[in-house]
Amino acid sequence: MKKFVFGMMITVLLFAALSISSFAYENEDYYKGAQKGEVINVFNWGEYISESYEDGMIDVNKEFEKLTGIKVNYVTFESNEDMYAKIKNGGASYDIIIPSDYMIERMIAEDLLVKFDVKSLPNFKYIDKQYTGMYYDPNDEYSAVYNVGMVGLIYNTKMVDETPTSWKIMWDEKYAGKILMIDNPRDAFAIPQKILGYSLNSTDEKELGDVAQMLIDQKPLLQGYVMDEVYNKMESGEAAMVPYYVGDFVCMQEVNPDLEFVYPEEGVNIFVDAMCIPKCAQNVEAAKKYINFLLDPEVALSNAWAIGYATPNIGALNSDDYEEMRENKYLYPDPEDMPKTEYFHNLPQETLIMFADLWNQIKVSGGSNSHIYWGFGIVAASVVFYGGYKWFTKRRREYWYDFPIEK
Amino acid sequence: MKQKSLSQKLIASPYLLWAAIFIIVPLVFVVYYSLVDANGAFTLEYVSQIGKYKDIMLNSIWLGFVATVISLILAYPLAFIMARSNLNVQRTMMMLVMLPMWMNLLIRTYSLMILLQDTGIINSALSILHLPNVHMINTQGAVVLGMIYNYIPYMILPLYSIMSKIDNGLIEAAEDLGANKLTVLRKVILPLSMPGIASGFTMVFVPSVSTFYISKKLGGNAFALIGDVIEMQFKSSNNYNLGAALSLVLMFLILICMAVMNRFTGDDDDGGVLI
Repeated sequence: MKKFVFGMMITVLLFAALSISSFAYENEDYYKGAQKGEVINVFNWGEYISESYEDGMIDVNKEFEKLTGIKVNYVTFESNEDMYAKIKNGGASYDIIIPSDYMIERMIAEDLLVKFDVKSLPNFKYIDKQYTGMYYDPNDEYSAVYNVGMVGLIYNTKMVDETPTSWKIMWDEKYAGKILMIDNPRDAFAIPQKILGYSLNSTDEKELGDVAQMLIDQKPLLQGYVMDEVYNKMESGEAAMVPYYVGDFVCMQEVNPDLEFVYPEEGVNIFVDAMCIPKCAQNVEAAKKYINFLLDPEVALSNAWAIGYATPNIGALNSDDYEEMRENKYLYPDPEDMPKTEYFHNLPQETLIMFADLWNQIKVSGGSNSHIYWGFGIVAASVVFYGGYKWFTKRRREYWYDFPIEK
Repeated sequence: MKQKSLSQKLIASPYLLWAAIFIIVPLVFVVYYSLVDANGAFTLEYVSQIGKYKDIMLNSIWLGFVATVISLILAYPLAFIMARSNLNVQRTMMMLVMLPMWMNLLIRTYSLMILLQDTGIINSALSILHLPNVHMINTQGAVVLGMIYNYIPYMILPLYSIMSKIDNGLIEAAEDLGANKLTVLRKVILPLSMPGIASGFTMVFVPSVSTFYISKKLGGNAFALIGDVIEMQFKSSNNYNLGAALSLVLMFLILICMAVMNRFTGDDDDGGVLI
């Protein structure tokens, strides 16, 4: 996690650090009773948890280990699809995963998640009612919401002259070579889908074809497809714009104040990431403790500060230490500024296959190859020439000396 | 070849077991997955799809070839100088060659990306000196540079080991017989170092062609290589069958390239680290 340096807030934070340095959590008894040597494997997004004690935050995993005596193995993934492939193909065992909404829907449909009574967790009461009973899990049986976010356009005010209001700017040739695209199929498809006015959950073959064609047309203008490297590229001013998650923008802006953020008028994807227990889990009891721990207001507050996403935890949201973030207009837009939003849903199998195929086509498209044929031609010609020369000199010598030369 | 004694067979057995588990079995899996569909029924669908990836495959082989040739040109004189210098210098140079390999390939490549970026260290330094900036990242040149930088030790090492075995007496004899320096190089050193060239070529060419991380980080998206496409099948697309089919075809292509190469280097490869 990037360091937070808040010049003006430093005294307030120091005070906050002192006041929570005892790190008391609610219901500490709930965490008791772990066996010696218990381990929990956590599989989470990159840059998605509080990992340091700076500025009054806590290292969540260390604190959990201290509190329960359960060792935390923490591993990260870059996209829902990567995570899904690992779980689906077995060979890996995780106790906690934090996928997004549509992926949870898919994993429930494919029976990859453990059903547990989420409501019985002592800290369940801290989840904002708005984020319980979500469409993918109406009875709160599989998941507890961790974070809420939206995708918007991050741009560098020093490099982009106008104030973008539309996703169409990502097809503007003026910015060729300075545009980054998000490197996972659902998020990348979402942008042309919104421009063309299609649903993010379209299953129409023609619509998806149009979308893929737009992405292929855009490719020559792109600097690259990125996920976590986006931090380096945007903070250093290497790239001018990228569609990315709002929480990451909040962190990037701390480092590079030239960065700005906008929710384009065509509409954006809204998502929640939620904590689930996959079927491959070895230690479901410890996993429940971990989920409960992440729902603790103190922990949620620290996470909310560290990763910069909107928190669904009312305990953290209403904390005095959260005031500055609460007023962040990107994370919590005023109702009149709220963009048009749409959730992703799981798609039928045929559509998923079509998606994967189109995504492949986009990735391999472009690049002229004429120089390669020339290159191979020259290499082949020199090979033939050299072979012929060798053969000719050998024949000549054989003729001269009148006996065959070995090798 | 002499008959192997029982003890010789026993000593070789751990490696044979290793090879069976970690080389043969995975290869069998690759072949299996490339010939079945998601439900395990026999199909040629995936192998026949490779036509779509023809351009990207040729591109990968070409870039790998260029990187290998440049590595050879760079490494050959260095290996020769190393082999002819005194022992202390040899040791120091060997360490300098090996030093970058103590770091992980991913970190080396990522650092190279930070060096080459438009706002990177090299261009910042140029700006401070009021020199024009050079656009390096996201070009084919950057990908080739990444391959050379990462794999050149594999070229230097076999060349060095074979050159340090060349008898100085042979060179002196050639000179006594009136050969000038170029003739010595052409008629004595080059033929004797051929096995080293062959194994160095293989050891740089094969990983360069199938690399995936380097092209992604240094080539942006414009120069995706076949390795990137294969990685994507296994990582995010969850399509093991297509990934396996692509790997299989790539393996065949590499084998053909190696066969052509070996025609040139002759079949006496003693001393070379042929793989």
